Amino acid sequence: MKEGIKIDVIDRRQFVLGSTAVAAVTAYLGLGGNSAHANTWQDAMKAVVGDSKPTDGKISLELPEIAENGNTVPFNISIASPMSENDYVKSVHIFASGNPRPDVTSFEFTPLSGKAEVSSRMRLSKTQDVIAVAQMSDGKYYMGKRTVKVTIGGCGG
Amino acid sequence: MDAAVDARLGEQLMKPRVKVPNSAKAGDIVQIKTLISHKMETGLRKDSKTGKEIPRKIINSFVAKYNGKDVFKASPHAAISANPYFAFYLKVNESGELDLTWTEETGQTWSAKKQITVS
Repeated sequence: MKEGIKIDVIDRRQFVLGSTAVAAVTAYLGLGGNSAHANTWQDAMKAVVGDSKPTDGKISLELPEIAENGNTVPFNISIASPMSENDYVKSVHIFASGNPRPDVTSFEFTPLSGKAEVSSRMRLSKTQDVIAVAQMSDGKYYMGKRTVKVTIGGCGG
Repeated sequence: MDAAVDARLGEQLMKPRVKVPNSAKAGDIVQIKTLISHKMETGLRKDSKTGKEIPRKIINSFVAKYNGKDVFKASPHAAISANPYFAFYLKVNESGELDLTWTEETGQTWSAKKQITVS
């Protein structure tokens, strides 16, 4: 319990501290395994998919190859699916491998969506991979990945 | 300016912008574009003068329903850019009302409603 409280305090603050402090915090957390928030995109993805292994494919992830301004990086995700009552995309989860927090957003669809496609804009703090993981109505997971080069990072830092 | 006027101006600034076709044919898949003015304060920034952390304040939920049925949901984290923009699709089977709700993690909500007529 005591440890849990400590971790919570550190976790909320760790990303505004200098890099030395961040390193110290990371060391304290023992590679971040105990944190309430996922520290790596793999952890964040595991929180969504559990022990399932997402298959590559079905996802088209459009992002600029080079983003000049990391504060607002446009993206479009489209997942191949008939979007019928029996066969549709339930959700897609986006992760950014190099952001202070890897979770970007989740989107949920229904057959009423007509197609599993969405556009939005994200913050990227530096050059990194963006990962999308989609869950189908039959429970299967698919994954797509793109690398984005970021000229000026955007994390309000 | 008094506080009431300030608050009203603030609300106007926060008014979401939504682009939806007024009419469609039954079975059409139409695009819905939405934008709301919001800083999406990450909680990672510091005030340049005081050096204090600026507290996190983000919209963490966006829900779109058509005639009461779920169409699309977003659960943004702080990595969604300021002035969140979402463009998504709706399969229009009958005339009805599109109901959009944005919720900030403080509990404050904003909404917009649009009619679509099937011709």
